[in-house]
Formats: sequence, C-alpha cells, structure tokens
Amino acid sequence: MADHLFEYTLRLGDNCLILGQRLAEWTGHAPILEEDLALGNLGLDLLGQARAFLTYAGKVEGKGRSEDDLAFLRDAHAFRNVSLVEQPNGDFGQTMARHLLFAGWYSLVLERLTQSQDSTLAAVAEKGVKEIAYHWRHAAEWTIRLGDGTDESHRRMQSGLHQVWGYTPELFRMDETDTAMLRAGVGADLAALQPAWDARIDAVLVEASLERPSSVTRSNGKQGVHSEHLGHMLSEMQFLQRAYPGMEW
Amino acid sequence: MSNASSQSAEEARFQARIDAEDKIEPKDWMPEAYRRTLIRQISQHAHSEYVGMLPEGNWLTRAPTLRRKAALMAKIQDEAGHGLYLYSAAETLGASRDEMYRDLLSGKAKYSSIFNYPTLTWADIGAIGWLVDGAAITNQVPLCRCSFGPYARAMVRVCKEESFHQRQGFQIMLSLAHGEPEQKAMAQDALNRWWWPSIAMFGPPDGESKHSAQSMAWKIKRHSNDELRQRFVDMTVPQADFLGLRIPDDDLKFNADTGHYETGPIDWDDFWAVVNGEGQCNTDRLAARQKAHDEGAWVRDAATAYAAKRAARKAAERIAAE
Repeated sequence: MADHLFEYTLRLGDNCLILGQRLAEWTGHAPILEEDLALGNLGLDLLGQARAFLTYAGKVEGKGRSEDDLAFLRDAHAFRNVSLVEQPNGDFGQTMARHLLFAGWYSLVLERLTQSQDSTLAAVAEKGVKEIAYHWRHAAEWTIRLGDGTDESHRRMQSGLHQVWGYTPELFRMDETDTAMLRAGVGADLAALQPAWDARIDAVLVEASLERPSSVTRSNGKQGVHSEHLGHMLSEMQFLQRAYPGMEW
Repeated sequence: MSNASSQSAEEARFQARIDAEDKIEPKDWMPEAYRRTLIRQISQHAHSEYVGMLPEGNWLTRAPTLRRKAALMAKIQDEAGHGLYLYSAAETLGASRDEMYRDLLSGKAKYSSIFNYPTLTWADIGAIGWLVDGAAITNQVPLCRCSFGPYARAMVRVCKEESFHQRQGFQIMLSLAHGEPEQKAMAQDALNRWWWPSIAMFGPPDGESKHSAQSMAWKIKRHSNDELRQRFVDMTVPQADFLGLRIPDDDLKFNADTGHYETGPIDWDDFWAVVNGEGQCNTDRLAARQKAHDEGAWVRDAATAYAAKRAARKAAERIAAE
C-alpha cells in the first residue's frame, strides 16, 4: 500500500516538475513580454506543486529522500511522469497544445483529489486546483486565438496538436497503482475522466476551428519508460548535483 | 542646459514646480528635452530588465535545488514585470512599445552593459543578485523620488522586489562561501569577474557624465554617479568580508578620516569597449532578443487578427439584433 502511495505521489510530483522545467526553458524567449510573465507564473505553480508532492513522496517512502534527492538523483527510468509533459516545447503553438491537453486533464485529476482520503494529497490538490484552473483558461484562450487567428497560426496550432496528441491515451489508462489508489479512496478514476476531458477539449477545438487529431503514440512514462527527450532534460537539470555530489547549495 | 534668460515662461513655471518637489504627470506641460531624457532613461531601464532575464535564464534550468530554482524563477518573473511597468511608464510619455523594441534591436537604444558579461557558473547567479541587484537598488532608491510621477511610482514597487532579489543573491553566495572548497572557489571566481563591472554600472565619473547636470536640475537624478558608487562600495565591502571573500582590488582601503572605502582606478576603457560591443555577450544577447521577436511575430499577428475578427463578429451580432 505504501509502495503504491509512493508511486502515485511520485507521478503527481514528476508531472509537475518536468512540465515546470520545460516552461523554464521559455524564460526570456516568449513571443511577447506578457507571455514571459505568464509562462513564468505557470512554471512557478507547477514547481510549487512538484515540491509539495515530492517532499511528501519522500516521507511516504521513508528512506530519508528529500525533494532534491528525488528531483536530482534519479535517472530517467525512475521518473514517473506521463510522457506528454516531457515532450519538447516546439513553437509557442505546440507548447500551448501540450498545456491545453495536460491542464485539461490535470485540473480534473486535482478536483477528484480534493476529496482524497489522504489528507496531504487533498490539501495540495485544494491549493493546486485553483492554480491549474488558470492554466486551463490561459491555454484554452491561446488555442482559440491561434486556431482562429491567421492562416499561419492556424496551421501551426493544428500541427502542434498533432505533435502531442498521441500521448493523451496514457493520461486515462489505469494500471495497478492507479487501481489500488482508487480502491483506497486516495486516487482518481482516470478512465472516468475521459468524457469530461473530451467535452472540454472538443469545445475549445470547435471554437478554435481546429480538428481533433486521432493519433496514438505508445507511451508508458508513468511506468518509467520514457521518450528520448527526458534523458537530455535531466542531464541539464541535474548537472550541478551530479558534478558536485553531496554539497549544500 | 537652457540658461535662465532664454527660458520661456512655461519652462520657468515647470522648473519652479520641480524645485518645489511637485510630481510631473504625463499630461502636464514639460520641455521636450525632459520628455526625451525620460523616454531614453526609462526605456533603457525597461530594456535592461528584459535583456537581464537572459543571463539568469541561462542557469534557471540548471539551478541546483528546487528551492533555488523556484526563487530564481520568481526573480526572473519579477524582472519581466518590471520591464512591463517601465515600458508602460515610457508609453505615458508618448513612446510606443514597438518603437522602443525596434530601437533596442537596432542597437540605437542601450541596455545596462552589465548583461553583456556571461554567467559561467551557478555562483554568477549569486553574484548578480548580490552585486548587480545591489548596485541597481543603490541607483534606484533615489529614483523613487524622481520628479516624473509614473517613473517614481514604478520604482517604489521595483525597489521592494529588488531588495528581495539582492538577499536571494547574497544567500546563494553565503551557501557557496561556507560550502566545500570547490564552491568557495566558484564564489570567489564570480566575485572576481563581477566586481569591477558592478561598480562601473554607476556610470562614468562625475566630470565625464554627459547627461548628469541637466538630470540633476530636473530632479530625475538626485545623486552623482560617484556618490552612488561610493555608497555601494561602502555597503558591499563589509559584506564581502562577512562572506570571507576577497574583493579583487589591491588598492582597496578604508580611509578612517572620511569613513569611506577607497577603490583602485576603474578601467574605463574596458567599460566603454564592452558598452560599444566588445563584451563576450553583446551579440548573443541582442541575437536572442531578435530571435524571440522574429519567432514570436506569428503569435502577435494571430492575436491581433483574432481580436479584429472578434470585434467584427460582435459588431455583426449587434447589427443583426437591431
């Protein structure tokens, strides 16, 4: 049981950490200064949630691992984020597509987790759900603006969606850990979230005059089988802790 | 500087308001040169915030702990916010954001030359917070009393956040200085590289500063470059001692009679060479800004096109409803 809770909490923390790290890559390079500010905001929210989840995961595991041990001293196969969040930023359209699909799903997950029997997860979800509601709105607004903007923005937004869509089936696939956590009243029923996600995504795509892609990519990030991208991201993120082991910063 | 006899009645009234410590607001009458000076200074300040995100962003993805990463991300985000208030303050004087960007990208407008130096190690993030933000605060605190209202008000908020940044930088230096020998060496190396550029940030010595006298008369500027530089040196030397780091200046000494530290001569040729394009990062910084601008063009065009479409649809709905 504790193993499942550790695993489950790690998944939540890693999703936030890895997507937050991707957003950090935009710093200073956004299309307008207002978006530098907005993407920084999104990144900070995710990083804050990542810290809460990873700290708790370390506690649940009971081996004395801190948030930093978990973030900086695991290799890619030990990361439990869904593959969607590690996909590269691409252009601004692709970043917004990834965020739309993820925030559309994650906000639903957090809503369920506010009712979790695990009081720590419920408390983090309670705070996070308000933050991610903004992420969803921000991504939806940009998806509509870009989809219904110019020919070029429509083409790019559509292509960004195609690029990441295939990673979405993983979001709803239940495995042993998810099932155990659902039975214990701790976790969310991911498969049951699909209709609500479909409806909200479809509504945005219609308003944006974008087509719903149908691609499927075999991805099992939450079981630790990642795309090639994660290893490169970690080699950058973990550099100092690896080059100077065991130091205080 | 216009002399008293050639001052128009309007100029005389304006100067009287300045002398009485009145705040000048955007719609008030002001001499064209006052407006131009402020646009130059405020937009340069805004550009510095904007370009300044790049050297720190260089380490954001490599920050050593999650706590440091979050603090750095918040700091850079504050800088984006400062850039926005400052561009807005300049807009109240009639400058457009597009024009200001164009001037930045063409090299016509300057940004603080300190950002033309590279951030080579994590300790540089500490040194920037401690020294560069420390110097910026020393410069900016008096600007909270600047005669132009919107700039003064923007500075009040900016200074509050900058003092948090400065502490954050000092904390990084403190951890490194009290850390392992490699970390201490990293901190010393960063101080070696950032010290002289930081004290040069206050600008040329008083006798050679071309904008100073008029800016002082207009109360845009309250203290001379050398006064502010002295204030910064006096504040920073004891902090370096506290960290156990050595300021890279063999001539540095405390003068007990004046109560001030005296530094060795600043290499102004080096300063001007970097301002004029020879810094290691001048080309990279502007290229990064240009690239973001070019690659973001389709996004900005889409936002404009979408807003126009939406307005047209709303108008059509209104007509249909009537």
